[in-house]
Amino acid sequence: MEFSINQEIWLRLWSIWCAGEEKRVGTRTVFVGHRPVSETDAYVEQKFCDNRIVSSKYTVWNFLPKNLFEQFRRIANFYFLIIFLVQVIVDTPTSPVTSGLPLFFVIIVTAIKQGYEDWLRHRADKEVNKSSVFIVENAKQVKKHSEKIKVGDIVEVKADETFPCDLIFLASSNDDGTCYVTTASLDGESNFKTHYAVRDTTGLRTDNDIDSLTATIECEQPQPDLYKFVGRINVYRSNQEPVARSLGPENLLLKGSTLKNTKTIYGVAVYTGMETKMALNYQGKSQKRSAVEKSINAFLIVYLCILVSKATVCTTLKYIWQNNPFNDEPWYNQKTKKEKETFKILRMFTDFLSFMVLFNFIIPVSMYVTVEMQKFLGSFFIAWDKEMYDEEIKEGALVNTSDLNEELGQVEYVFTDKTGTLTENSMKFIECCIDGHKYKGGISEVDGFSHTDGPLKYYGKAEKCREELFLRALCLCHTVQIKEGDNVDGLIVNQERSTYISSSPDEIALVKGAKKYGFTFLGHEADFMKVQNQKNEIEKYQLLHVLNFDPVRRRMSVIVKTSTGKFLLFCKGADSSIFPRVQQDEIHQTKVHVERNAMDGYRTLCVAFKELTQEDYKKMNEQLSEAKMALQDREEKMARIFDDIETDMHLIGATAVEDRLQEHAAETIEALQTAGMKVWVLTGDKMETAKSTCYASRLFQTNTELLELTTKAMGDSDRKEDRLHELLLEYHKKLVQDFPKNSGKLKRSWTVSQEYGLIIDGSTLSLILNPSQDSSSSNYKSIFLQICLKCTAVLCCRMAPLQKAQIVRMVKNTKGNPITLSIGDGANDVSMILEAHVGIGIKGKEGRQAARNSDYAVPRFKHLRKLLLAHGHLYYVRIAHLVQYFFYKNLCFILPQFLYQFFCGFSQQPLYDAAYLTMYNICFTSLPILAYSLLEQHINIETLTSDPRLYMKISDNAMLQWKPFLYWTFLGAFEGLVFFFGVYFLFQNSSLEDNGKVFGNWTFGTIVFTILVFTVTLKLALDTRFWTWMNHLVIWGSLAFYVFFSFFWGGIIWPFLKQQRMYFVFAHMVTSLSTWLAIVLLIFISLFPEILLVVFKNAKRKNHQTVPFSLPMLLSYKPMENGYISEMKIEDAVTNFTQRCHLRIPQMQQL
Amino acid sequence: MAAASSCAELAGRNKPDNTAFTQQRLPAWQPLLSAGTALPLFFCAGLACLALGLGLHFSSATIQRFAGPVCLYYQLSNYYQNHRRYGVSRDDRQLSGDASGLSSPATECSPFRTDPQGLPIAPCGAIANSLFNDTFTLYHLANGTFHPVPLDNRGISWWTDSNIKFSNPELVNGSLEAAFKGTAKPLNWPQAAYMLDTGNPNNTGFINEDFIVWMRTAALPTFRKLYRRVREGNFSSGLPQGTYCLDITYNYPVLSFQGTKKVIFSTVSWMGGKNPFLGIVYLVFGSACILTGFVMLAVHIKFQKQNQMDVE
Repeated sequence: MEFSINQEIWLRLWSIWCAGEEKRVGTRTVFVGHRPVSETDAYVEQKFCDNRIVSSKYTVWNFLPKNLFEQFRRIANFYFLIIFLVQVIVDTPTSPVTSGLPLFFVIIVTAIKQGYEDWLRHRADKEVNKSSVFIVENAKQVKKHSEKIKVGDIVEVKADETFPCDLIFLASSNDDGTCYVTTASLDGESNFKTHYAVRDTTGLRTDNDIDSLTATIECEQPQPDLYKFVGRINVYRSNQEPVARSLGPENLLLKGSTLKNTKTIYGVAVYTGMETKMALNYQGKSQKRSAVEKSINAFLIVYLCILVSKATVCTTLKYIWQNNPFNDEPWYNQKTKKEKETFKILRMFTDFLSFMVLFNFIIPVSMYVTVEMQKFLGSFFIAWDKEMYDEEIKEGALVNTSDLNEELGQVEYVFTDKTGTLTENSMKFIECCIDGHKYKGGISEVDGFSHTDGPLKYYGKAEKCREELFLRALCLCHTVQIKEGDNVDGLIVNQERSTYISSSPDEIALVKGAKKYGFTFLGHEADFMKVQNQKNEIEKYQLLHVLNFDPVRRRMSVIVKTSTGKFLLFCKGADSSIFPRVQQDEIHQTKVHVERNAMDGYRTLCVAFKELTQEDYKKMNEQLSEAKMALQDREEKMARIFDDIETDMHLIGATAVEDRLQEHAAETIEALQTAGMKVWVLTGDKMETAKSTCYASRLFQTNTELLELTTKAMGDSDRKEDRLHELLLEYHKKLVQDFPKNSGKLKRSWTVSQEYGLIIDGSTLSLILNPSQDSSSSNYKSIFLQICLKCTAVLCCRMAPLQKAQIVRMVKNTKGNPITLSIGDGANDVSMILEAHVGIGIKGKEGRQAARNSDYAVPRFKHLRKLLLAHGHLYYVRIAHLVQYFFYKNLCFILPQFLYQFFCGFSQQPLYDAAYLTMYNICFTSLPILAYSLLEQHINIETLTSDPRLYMKISDNAMLQWKPFLYWTFLGAFEGLVFFFGVYFLFQNSSLEDNGKVFGNWTFGTIVFTILVFTVTLKLALDTRFWTWMNHLVIWGSLAFYVFFSFFWGGIIWPFLKQQRMYFVFAHMVTSLSTWLAIVLLIFISLFPEILLVVFKNAKRKNHQTVPFSLPMLLSYKPMENGYISEMKIEDAVTNFTQRCHLRIPQMQQL
Repeated sequence: MAAASSCAELAGRNKPDNTAFTQQRLPAWQPLLSAGTALPLFFCAGLACLALGLGLHFSSATIQRFAGPVCLYYQLSNYYQNHRRYGVSRDDRQLSGDASGLSSPATECSPFRTDPQGLPIAPCGAIANSLFNDTFTLYHLANGTFHPVPLDNRGISWWTDSNIKFSNPELVNGSLEAAFKGTAKPLNWPQAAYMLDTGNPNNTGFINEDFIVWMRTAALPTFRKLYRRVREGNFSSGLPQGTYCLDITYNYPVLSFQGTKKVIFSTVSWMGGKNPFLGIVYLVFGSACILTGFVMLAVHIKFQKQNQMDVE
């Protein structure tokens, strides 16, 4: 016996030890209140992490090493560190200060910024960790810091407090063992969610009671999914068998959520500290990198090659030159002892390093700083944009990352969600059909409740009892709650003061719809749902089971017990999931309505019911209870049972709910398409609804030929794959093989002879992506992809969230790696938002999850237009110009220094003074380009937004391709040559003053440098199309600063300098008239090709401007009025649509 | 960028500021270099350049006639004063008369830092050590005899150099020699620094102008340095035509590094010494401007005609 106990303990210890090893598998056992279950079972103190939240990265001690290590992991910083070290160790021409100063400036600024952010995190952590909580110990409340909570502690939480850790709900001050919780800070859903205590512990409402509880909780190890939890509580009572109860997410109170409308609750801590679901979810998103950054790295490699080859050339030539003993060591310039003693190889190596150091400025450390600053500061303009501010939700755009600003200008594929993104997601109950009879309300609010024969408009009439059944079903089959106003007594619900709250706006619309027909849902009272019927009587139904809606089943059911003791199951869901489960003869009439409604773009739901016998229910109840106890796969098990129950139902009717298109959604889509983007709609909605939304939002034009790859088109289930293959090949032939070959060049042209649209649904997609093993269809995917890429618009309906991400990934990884953008508003869009290059969240009605996980969040879909066409375009142009300019200005900075080596015996003599070398990128030329990259509008914002075709000008990273890069490089090289040789020829006679005095080498360098600073600044001035006062200030200010600094630098004998090289060099330079003339002339010559180019470009543009570009816009708007409708041939749709179109066209013409 | 997002959130909470800056609507000048504005610009610039070029060319050409004060330069070739090892081999602290610089010269000066006995060299370093030491005397044949032409060695260096940057160590008992006590002369020099111009206390030691001129290292391997100016007596307005004799004391070895020496007499104009480069480039650039101006005019007219035809 003893042995077996020992074994058990060992096993437990083993499992605990294992749990530490692989955290996410297995279960954990929690002893409530740390009380052993029985005397025989020894209580083992378990090791769980404490409740301290650590979101900070550093401590005081490890900040310096850790931060430095992280900073130097960046390749650029590391490179500059190496250069700096070389300068320190090897005798190099420039002092280590020249590269050390900028580097340390960058490092220190970054460290301060990160340190500050971490300090903020420390402070926030401390606030959370030191907040006081009440723990029940030995029937007494003990006040403790939150970080002291251990797993197993019983915690008391009062109203409006946030839960300090993940708790299993034991008891509340409410009699029914419920509490209300809002998870606004977790997922942004502000509605109140009801959580339930386990039935056996609800009575323990005082500290004494709760202390008497002996129970263990077994639950899974912490998982990040906020909406999943499985566990089991074993309640031990003296002399009784322990009672086991299942625990689900409804029993778990998550850290971070807030207790509402409930006085106090007791809960036992199960996950603490970093193991809470909130902390597990906190883990940062993966870093997205923009295409521009990749281009920068490519250019960097080119410049690195230039640098290395320059150093190699110089080193080689140096030793060839030195071969001549006259050159190597003339009598006037003898080597030092040290120099003579070093080995030749070592000398060559240090020479090489010295040249590297001398030329290292060609790779600008300041570029990274400037790019970072540009992105950081630039992103404010998005958040500041008034046009992206929504009056309704009182919020503007949100920038979660500033690294992707320019990527907004490069988007090729837009993946958009439908509901809540293209549409309002504010549902309006439009009509319903009961037994095939249409009920459409031109309902006006009449005093009291309307009666069946009141203001309703009937198209035929169903039996009274069916009507009532249908309306009761609407009132009962939902998860809507009532949020009560302030002074509301439990029973009487004041209509004005109470509002319906639900996670799904459809349900609210339906409940409201039922109300219009006389049935009002009055809320829950314990297990009962109260409904006020048409005769103002209150009916009570006992709610027995709810199986919530989920996107896979696409339906939800409730089981209620009527006051007369009947068991009823109500089910509502998508037609495709309801029709197979009802009597087949009932379908036909309703189906007509459903299809018609779907074509109108309404969201339809079918409602069915079933009466259960006592025996049936009993059996089912047992199964359900069993399933609810299961620790693993609980959802699947429950779904399977419900699957069994939800058969042989009776169809009562269907509802139609309208989800209006968002304002300007159609115009936005059209603009995006005109801009050369391909818009794909990925929705979970059904095909017909989605299709009509696509027409309404002009994703599909009337002349678009639709290709369908849907279950419908596939037909029989036996030949599905063959049929799919046939279809794929047919479409492939049509689009890819027969397509004129030259179309490849016009990749993004807006004039395509025939436009194709593709419709595919989820099941077909999974057939394509995961074909069955035996079929020879592995190439489905590539064929499908080729078809997709040829289509102008693609509609994917019936998509599961993961499928959405799958599609995005598929397109992302095609040849050419097009830039993708996903936009969505709901939790189901998060996966695709994270997958795409740029993820945009809509701050919609379905919570904040999408917005939180996105890179940018905007209030409405229409804001995408300005975000991409204006902001994206401008940011791209700005940063591309910034990058090119930086490489250019450093090339023509360093080239003269390289050329000078040919005239100074390859001795690494710097051409410019150390101060100039250091300050060039930091002070003299940095601000103008920063201002340019923040303020430039080469085309003004209005034009960019109104003429989407301009977006195509910068497509495919056009400004950072090799061609423009070569242009800039040649320009830089040309200017470098002009600077150097201009001054070289000038110095053929170095007496340039009118009194015959001569200039030395530092004057030579200063003249070159002056020309350089003026030329690169004026080059930027030539490129600037948008001269605000700030541009004037920084451009002329920089030049003035340069002159001022030069006077200042040369005007003082600096005690800390070993050599006063620059003493009055600049002042003497400006007294020489010839130098003035040379400087002006050389600046002009350097800029001459650029000016010529600009003038010719402008002349060309002016010539082209005479062609009116409003034509294509008008053309594409025109066919809307008659096109789509003629295909549909349904009168309702006609009236409906023409009205909408008429409304929309004037709006558009205003644009 | 956490800070960005937090700020963005802040901005989002309230309505964004409706200022010209935040809405990117600052008033801006949007220049467009069109052919219309560029054409006159090109012609003007071209004409100006041509005029300047002619002026420069003319004044450069007049230099040959020796009107005005004449400067005497010496020119060395294949001489790398701009070699890095050479260029750093000096001690500006010492040259400014600093006592500590005198006793312990900068390490950069080696191998010309101390003499074999270990005494610090003043002035130390390779530049000072290799001071140009040929001397020139000019004679003018007048009335059958050669009269020495007075050569002025004042003001041949930058004023700031000879007055501020370079100065002698503080005199000890009124004697410069005493101030230099404890130092050695540069190895190649025949005498110590304080003996450079024994007759003139304002031109000896570190402030000797020939020395200062030499210490301003040249930019290119072929360079000239101002030696003397002729601006006194009869020669103040140039050297009159006649026979001259130049007496050269040949001290400075250049053959060992395949260099050459030259003596140059030249007047200077407002643009400095004779240098045809600027004039030529101005002329070429001016003509290029005017030429492109004409080309653009032609293109412009052609485009306009085309546009008119399109309109019709």
